[in-house]
Amino acid sequence: MDIILLTPFDLGLAASLVILLAIFSEYGRLKLGIGRKLVIAAVRASVQLMAIGLVLKVLFESNHPLLMMLMATVMLLMATREIAARQEMGFVGWWGFAIGGLSLLLSSFLITLFALTVILSPTPWYTPQYAIPLLGMLLGNTMNGIALALDRLTREVVRERGAIEARLLMGHSWQMAIQPYMREAIRAGTIPIINTMAVSGVVTLPGMMTGQILAGNPPGTASNYQIMILFLIAAGTGFGISAGVWLASRRFFDERQRLRLDRLKKRA
Amino acid sequence: MARLVVESVTTVLGFPLSLTVEPGECLGLSGASGSGKSLFLRALADLDPHQGKVCLGEMECANTAPDQWRRLVGLLPAESAWWGAQVQDHFDPSPACLFLFEQLGFSATTLTQPVQQLSSGERQRLAIIRTLSVNPRALLLDEPTANLDKTSAERVEKLIAHYRETQQIPVIWVSHDPQQIKRVAHQHWHLQNGRLQRAQPTDQRG
Repeated sequence: MDIILLTPFDLGLAASLVILLAIFSEYGRLKLGIGRKLVIAAVRASVQLMAIGLVLKVLFESNHPLLMMLMATVMLLMATREIAARQEMGFVGWWGFAIGGLSLLLSSFLITLFALTVILSPTPWYTPQYAIPLLGMLLGNTMNGIALALDRLTREVVRERGAIEARLLMGHSWQMAIQPYMREAIRAGTIPIINTMAVSGVVTLPGMMTGQILAGNPPGTASNYQIMILFLIAAGTGFGISAGVWLASRRFFDERQRLRLDRLKKRA
Repeated sequence: MARLVVESVTTVLGFPLSLTVEPGECLGLSGASGSGKSLFLRALADLDPHQGKVCLGEMECANTAPDQWRRLVGLLPAESAWWGAQVQDHFDPSPACLFLFEQLGFSATTLTQPVQQLSSGERQRLAIIRTLSVNPRALLLDEPTANLDKTSAERVEKLIAHYRETQQIPVIWVSHDPQQIKRVAHQHWHLQNGRLQRAQPTDQRG
């Protein structure tokens, strides 16, 4: 089965729907005022995706480990920045980035490495055709989970400052004082992937599987890949969130086990 | 029996404060809102970074494990806060604790009540019991009777006085009510523009 190639005209047709939505949101009854944002986001997505198409083309052709590493680093940095940007309040200084970056590194990177070397084992193991999509899917999902969990943790800690300090005053350790909010945050971050797994194949056909089927692969192969990806994402999200929440919790307290909300700042 | 010695303790507000409270003595502290009374007490309990030295008897804050120090100095914040659903989640149900319950007009059934159903006055009184329940060797009270009616406030005053006398511990009592300070404290200091000034001498009690 040959894949149907998309022409610029085809993309234009799809774009016309977005433009229609933008017009509707600007001039419709509700005056949503998100038309501009929508168009900017759509243009951004197009430019980014076309650029990545070109980058991947070069990457696939060269198959060079150094280029791969560079690409992976750029992806990690972008995801790290995104986590920081999604927090209403973040830690001041480089900690604001380090927590997200370190958690992504510990989860997405290690799990991608595991999948490449143990499960899939392409030759060489860093074959970009496998490594980049895997890392991309893992980073994207763990990034969402970590951002969600960190945002939740920060809100809870700020809101429950009195209760946390009341426990410190009773002689409880910082771990005991913050534990309920850590649990809340980890739960909030992992629920989306649990829900996704629960409905995939029934309500939704996940993106990767859709892509493989569109590309002409047998549905059975597509399912297997999708199952593996879901498991990797679940593990990556869970471990990444746990690492991130722990690091952030640690950072909330200083060496005298004081709750240091002065280490937070509101993001613009 | 330990004396509380505070030497040049400086909070984020930037001015150093020093004072000494003898065992069994109560120091009344007043001052306008925002003068730094609460921040001062928080620094003494090591809840905020600060400079200076705080000693309780032989123990010095900087050389004592933070959890141990906080149990020793017993800070009661102006606003009580709760982490569990029920009252009993916050206490050790020791006989001493149940005795305190009775003293402040609660019964054992209060233990199983949801915290959210309590009035602010009840919560305030329970917070006092919670602070006393870890057997502190000093008390730092930030407006302990602010949310209470007259009868409850008197009960609290009596309970604290009893605890202070029998345990011979130093107490710092922040209050906006000069009459109350007169009743409960041996010395009265007023915090204004970053300086502690001795207010008119109060009756000696205790």
